[in-house]
Amino acid sequence: MAEAVGGVIGARTADDSIGSAVKDAVITGLIAFLLFVVIVGLKTENAQERLVLVNRLGLAVALAALAAGVRLLLDLFFWRGARARAASEPLLPAGSIILLLGLSYIIGAYFFIVPGASEGLATAAADIFGAEEWRARTRIAIQLLSFAFLAAFVVLTAMGLVLIARRALRLAGIGAGREASKSFLAELGAQFGLALLVIAVVLPLLVVGPQQRYALETASQVLTYIMLGWGLNVVVGLAGLLDLGYVAFYAVGAYSYALIGTQFGWSFWVCLPLAGMFAALWGIILGFPVLRLRGDYLAIVTLAFGEIIRIVLLNWYSLTNGPNGISRIPRVTFFGLDFDRNGENTFHGFFGLEFDGVHRVIFMYYIILCLALLVNFVTMRLRKLPIGRAWEALREDEIACRSLGINTVTTKLTAFAIGAMFAGFAGSFFATRQGFISPESFTFHESALVLAIVVLGGLGSQLGIVIAAVALIGSGELFRDLEEYRMLIFGASMVAIMVWRPRGFVSSRMPTVVLNERRAISGSHVKEGAG
Amino acid sequence: MSPRTAPILHVDHLTMRFGGLVAIGDLSFTANRGDITALIGPNGAGKTTVFNCITGFYKPTEGMISLIHPGGEPFLLERLADHEIGATARVARTFQNIRLFSGMTALENLLVAQHGPLGNASFFSIAGILGLASYRKAEAEAVELASYWLDKMGLIDRADDAAGDLPYGAQRRLEIARCMCTRPVLLCLDEPAAGLNPRESAELNDTLRWIRDEHDLSILLIEHDMGVVMGISDHIIVLDYGKKISDGTPEFVRNDPQVIAAYLGVEEEEVEDVAAEVQL
Repeated sequence: MAEAVGGVIGARTADDSIGSAVKDAVITGLIAFLLFVVIVGLKTENAQERLVLVNRLGLAVALAALAAGVRLLLDLFFWRGARARAASEPLLPAGSIILLLGLSYIIGAYFFIVPGASEGLATAAADIFGAEEWRARTRIAIQLLSFAFLAAFVVLTAMGLVLIARRALRLAGIGAGREASKSFLAELGAQFGLALLVIAVVLPLLVVGPQQRYALETASQVLTYIMLGWGLNVVVGLAGLLDLGYVAFYAVGAYSYALIGTQFGWSFWVCLPLAGMFAALWGIILGFPVLRLRGDYLAIVTLAFGEIIRIVLLNWYSLTNGPNGISRIPRVTFFGLDFDRNGENTFHGFFGLEFDGVHRVIFMYYIILCLALLVNFVTMRLRKLPIGRAWEALREDEIACRSLGINTVTTKLTAFAIGAMFAGFAGSFFATRQGFISPESFTFHESALVLAIVVLGGLGSQLGIVIAAVALIGSGELFRDLEEYRMLIFGASMVAIMVWRPRGFVSSRMPTVVLNERRAISGSHVKEGAG
Repeated sequence: MSPRTAPILHVDHLTMRFGGLVAIGDLSFTANRGDITALIGPNGAGKTTVFNCITGFYKPTEGMISLIHPGGEPFLLERLADHEIGATARVARTFQNIRLFSGMTALENLLVAQHGPLGNASFFSIAGILGLASYRKAEAEAVELASYWLDKMGLIDRADDAAGDLPYGAQRRLEIARCMCTRPVLLCLDEPAAGLNPRESAELNDTLRWIRDEHDLSILLIEHDMGVVMGISDHIIVLDYGKKISDGTPEFVRNDPQVIAAYLGVEEEEVEDVAAEVQL
């Protein structure tokens, strides 16, 4: 009974809240229009030596509508708490999410998929500003925005589908029997990671047409960095050992496969574990001299180590072919079927398909997806094992670790070795994907980029690293049209994120074992490690 | 079971120099099994340095520290690496300024303390990664031991809270619980009552006595709170400027003029009398 009453009250408050939000939005729109109509709606122009009043009411209306829309969104999603907090929970989030979904899809799909849809606006912009360069700028801006909307739509839909599937499984009595005590939004938010996985698995089906090849190439690149980020996360995020030369292990992995593949002709699948082992060995070799170092000193030695590896690769001409690099690295085959146009055992021939270069791209995409998932699985498991807890304990307090009988030498070395092994896997994938490697690809810039991904994502967080890798690598690709402004945006957004979230996207830490209730630990307690 | 008077820890002619500074000079004492032995002295007397030598954080300049397990097995602590002292000689310690893993939950802190046995069960992490039943069983046992100690220390309700989130007194208790999860034979407590209010100190006394009686354990204690020291110690060693100035039962130490002089100082006219008395 009481619940029913609560529900009614909740619903009414929710209605009120939507109503007042709309009212606020309308008022905001009106005020904005009044302001904009004089500022931008009317413009004087010098035409044939006399002033002409140009009417730009359309632009003023558009700006006012934008202000109203922003106000509505702010009311619904951010300021709503002040009005009707708990009472509105059941209805409002569902409604607003559906609204957001619809909006995202309509805007995103219209501009991104329908060819020439952005032309009208681009022409309008060119007219308004009276300069032809605004046509291209507007087109790029619209494409970026609509891409963002479409991406939001895809992610939200995936989250919704995963949530529905989870609930269906729970109803059927399969899966975790945990009670849904969380609010709807929290529960939906909890599906984010799984939703990303679902999207990653079906990505080759989502993107079709001429863009598919480019999209999958980019996705493979992003996944390579995710994998590198996850590997470095073991060293920096879990064990708290700052490593500025991580790219060295990536290089060792790449050169291991490139050399073994070209010299002995061994298959990728044989070389992959070998490359991982070589990289792990180098991880241990680096680990020994830096065991006693902490903080800045550790950072400098690892930085130097990364440079040593690169310079050796550059100068050991007889083995590595120096700056010319190694080319004709064997491509990976699909159970012995290669992806060439002509040949005996070709993929398209075997399956009776038309030859298409994108087959190889799709295959490579799935390889790196599987490798990344393997790395993720192993890391997640290790975190819950004594060794993983020892890493985290080492980050929190090394002296306490030693007093508890934990051998910090082996603990540090395993962290270096495991992190390096993951980089080795990523490196051999990189070598087979590119078909050509040279020391150019393994500069300090790469180490810094991977470290930026880990720090931006939140030290120790697997999901945060995915978000950061997509944001850093993906945005680099997305803003490619902006040319020289790209690095500016990159740097500015990084500064903004660090100001806004100083501990990265995901700053909290999930405990590895629970007695009663799993609660996230606030990032303020989690230490960053002193090396 | 061996008699309670058998020695568990021998410190023989222990000297620790830092450059020209003699932090500990020729210190010898014995702690008996099942006793609560207190190490007291004014600030800078070298108490924590003794602890750091026993637990392997410092390598003594001279001297020998031997630990005898209840089974009769001897360990020469000055020759072992610090983690071996925890893992094989089974000496556990707490710290003057609490050293918990503050970003990990109370339960996780206690599981880190069981690294050795759990690590063996995980078989180089392979059994753990594959999720074999043998490892899961070992982990369940470890959680069981941890919850036993959380329960005994009154922390069971906060098992899933970050250690850094706990109030000060609870952090002290958690540190002791973490030591106990390593199943020690000798527990070294560095000022466990520092920062506790009188009620908490009294509770700590009861807890320490209970641990000693219930778990066949010897305790070595550094403490400034005389209420705690006199209340629970069986044997007190007094240090001043790195030298032992008194050694005996609480009753004996309390009345020792040297101890009184070291703690309270003496009137100027009495200096010579006291000096004569203590044969300085």
